[in-house]
Amino acid sequence: MKFWPLIKVLPVRTHFRFVRLSRLFATLSMVAIAISLFLTVYPFKLPCGGLACGIDFAGGTVLELSTAPKAIDTGQVRGALKGLGLGDVQVQPVGGPSSAMIRFQTPAGADISKTVAAVQAKLTQSLGTVKFTRADVVGAKVSGELLTSGLLGLGLAILLMLLYIWFRFELQFGLGAVAALFHDVFLTFGLIAIMGRLGKIEFDLPAVAAILTIIGYSMNDTVVVFDRMRENLRKYKRMPLGDVIDMSINEMLTRTIITSFTAVLALAALAVFGGPTLYGLSVIMLFGIVIGTYSSIYIAAPVILLWGVKRSDEEAEPLKPATQR
Amino acid sequence: MMNLAKWKVILVLLATILGFLFTLPNLLPAKVRDGLPAFMPKNTLHLGLDLQGGSDLLYSVDVVALRNERLTNMAEDVRTTFRDKQIAFTDLAVANGEIGLRVSDPTQMSAALNALRQSIGGPGVNGTREVNVSTGDNQRIRIAFVPEAFDADVSKAVDQNIEVIRRRIDQMGTKEPDISRRGKDRIDIQAAGESDPERLKSVIGQTAKLSFQMVDETASPEDLAEGRVPPGDEILPSTDGVAPSYIVKKRQVVTGEMLTNAQSTFDSQTNQPVVSFRFNSIGARKFGDITRQNIGKRFAIVLDKKVISAPVIESAISGGSGQIHGHFTVESANDLAVLLRAGALPAPMKVEEQRTVGAELGADAVKAGAISGIIGLVATVVFMIVIYGWLFGGISIIGLIVNGLMIVGVMSLTQATLTLPGIAGLILTLAVAVDANVLIYERMRDELRAGRSLITSMQAGFALAMATILDANMTHILSAMIMFQFGSGPVKGFAWTLAIGVLTTVFSAVLVTQVLLAWWFRATRPKTLPIA
Repeated sequence: MKFWPLIKVLPVRTHFRFVRLSRLFATLSMVAIAISLFLTVYPFKLPCGGLACGIDFAGGTVLELSTAPKAIDTGQVRGALKGLGLGDVQVQPVGGPSSAMIRFQTPAGADISKTVAAVQAKLTQSLGTVKFTRADVVGAKVSGELLTSGLLGLGLAILLMLLYIWFRFELQFGLGAVAALFHDVFLTFGLIAIMGRLGKIEFDLPAVAAILTIIGYSMNDTVVVFDRMRENLRKYKRMPLGDVIDMSINEMLTRTIITSFTAVLALAALAVFGGPTLYGLSVIMLFGIVIGTYSSIYIAAPVILLWGVKRSDEEAEPLKPATQR
Repeated sequence: MMNLAKWKVILVLLATILGFLFTLPNLLPAKVRDGLPAFMPKNTLHLGLDLQGGSDLLYSVDVVALRNERLTNMAEDVRTTFRDKQIAFTDLAVANGEIGLRVSDPTQMSAALNALRQSIGGPGVNGTREVNVSTGDNQRIRIAFVPEAFDADVSKAVDQNIEVIRRRIDQMGTKEPDISRRGKDRIDIQAAGESDPERLKSVIGQTAKLSFQMVDETASPEDLAEGRVPPGDEILPSTDGVAPSYIVKKRQVVTGEMLTNAQSTFDSQTNQPVVSFRFNSIGARKFGDITRQNIGKRFAIVLDKKVISAPVIESAISGGSGQIHGHFTVESANDLAVLLRAGALPAPMKVEEQRTVGAELGADAVKAGAISGIIGLVATVVFMIVIYGWLFGGISIIGLIVNGLMIVGVMSLTQATLTLPGIAGLILTLAVAVDANVLIYERMRDELRAGRSLITSMQAGFALAMATILDANMTHILSAMIMFQFGSGPVKGFAWTLAIGVLTTVFSAVLVTQVLLAWWFRATRPKTLPIA
């Protein structure tokens, strides 16, 4: 038996009874969503709750500096900034031994631009040769706007997808798709919350972009399954809805797995080699793709079963010959 | 097989050739690129600031300060008007965004209101009045801007600010930044390659209001030390390196608007950098008068409420020109000359957001993006070959390559900005592109399995998968649209890249794959599909 091309070896048609397990998985998903929501909002602190708020949404300043080729002394950096009245200053190493990242909130009322200039001057004075490789400053007004528009964007995206599916399929499909979307978005927030607590991923603009992409991707996956479902509903008019759903998912399973695996391959490369800026973005998308694949199968489709679909035999029957009139 | 229309082949060939042509400049070293004949495209990818290094500064016009400034001026008008009409008043002050005052004599109330109506707040936009005058108990009068009129004022001030900034930057002679207006009261400035925006900021953000004010010689150093300010005077900090601050007369004898020119030069005796200036006729006359009357006294040259120099007047200066001997370096003298020539900002501004990426960090990001892109691509290629074999795997890889040429070509042609998240968008496009192929192949296999002939299966594979592909990719376009609407800078770049990628993907998956498969079919007349 040949093992290549692999497609010939893969089972031609699987017969998993997905629908039968949907109750179990729905319960698991509910629990996961509840945990995610809790982690996302707790502690109830504005603006980001339990997420590690990036400066995009919290406001403040992030400086990256390098004392290459000398190793950087984070203690010295901390000491130098003590007298400036900046409040909570975080200093942590990034990249190599000679680079560090400083993050602080601009004191209320102070000019953000002048504060940065003062900090840079002070550090240059106490560290000697130092290069500022990045300086991001976001004022309170802008960060508030970015957060509002980010959340608005997420809400609008979900609404738009509902409308699109409603328009292209029917309302029941739209509701199933949106249930899957909420599932994906909530769990992704849970991931960001956990990774935030581990100090790995911040909730910032790229994170929102990643979630929007996941919405697009998860929808893409759902649409493909729905498409086949619609076709099979027309083809097999008397087959129970649950069986049609199972059959449609099984038929698309090879495609779903191949596609998701490709996406995972590409994004894994990005997460590992893409550097710190792309790490959060790619990890969130990786997670979202896995979750999105799962939710198309176990959330979107069963929700349709819950709501039922209009299946009128008469309507879909071929038109009677005109002579009969 | 597969009625392959000629236009499809032509379209695919055209797309490939054009994609290659427009991608080519990115692959050539700059020297070769410059040597290309004129008809060849030369644009390379336009890298975002996060990839090439640079600064993005978002300023907002300080609306509160602008309002206070306008109100303060108006309050002075009110004071003069009432004095002229001999209307007694008290408590004239600007507070909480309005002018408040109290007319002392109740019988003068209507005269006061009449006078106000005639003198202040001329017709604003739409012919309506610019200000609201309201009365309260105890002959109190409050004057505030009509919101629409003030908004129009802000809008005009932003336009004027942009004009001034543009003039300043033009004269600085650095690499030209992009200046654009954002929303109602914001100005965005993107300077590529500028990794130390401090000088840029000092040139852009400075209001640069210049005035000449007399130093109050009657005030003693003790007054200054104890912060006692004689009436009509103010204490201003100094940067001249002689004294930390001065007590000067509030009255501005001559102001920056009266300048016609300013240049940075060197003092002929000390060889220090100085700024020489020239007044217009009104300024020259006033300056001449004041210097004639005050020989031996000092006048202060004040820039944005800071004394930059306080020289002693040695003789009357009637020629209308002079020099500022500040505590200058060549650069700061040059910057001041630029500021004076370009004029003061009509409205004060403050930095709302600043993003600066050093060129090295940008280069690192490009490297990281390229490496992960190549690894992702190789992994995808290997995976497709493993799954679908040389032929079908190969066909989708050729599709991917054409797709890549088209994306880079379109992005170079349209000069769309490629940002770091945009690279992620490109890599994700790989997955989307492969998906389209997988949908087609799986559909063919399904149809074969359903008992159709090879030819009809292949045709049905395309026809039926097509609808799914369009439906499914529409969702990416929708989410990209939203990102474009709501995102800023890098996120917009991501959305743009994703959208272009999805469009070219649909094209290459559907047409390129179809043409290649048809060629294969004609050449070999196969009896079975190698993937079924």
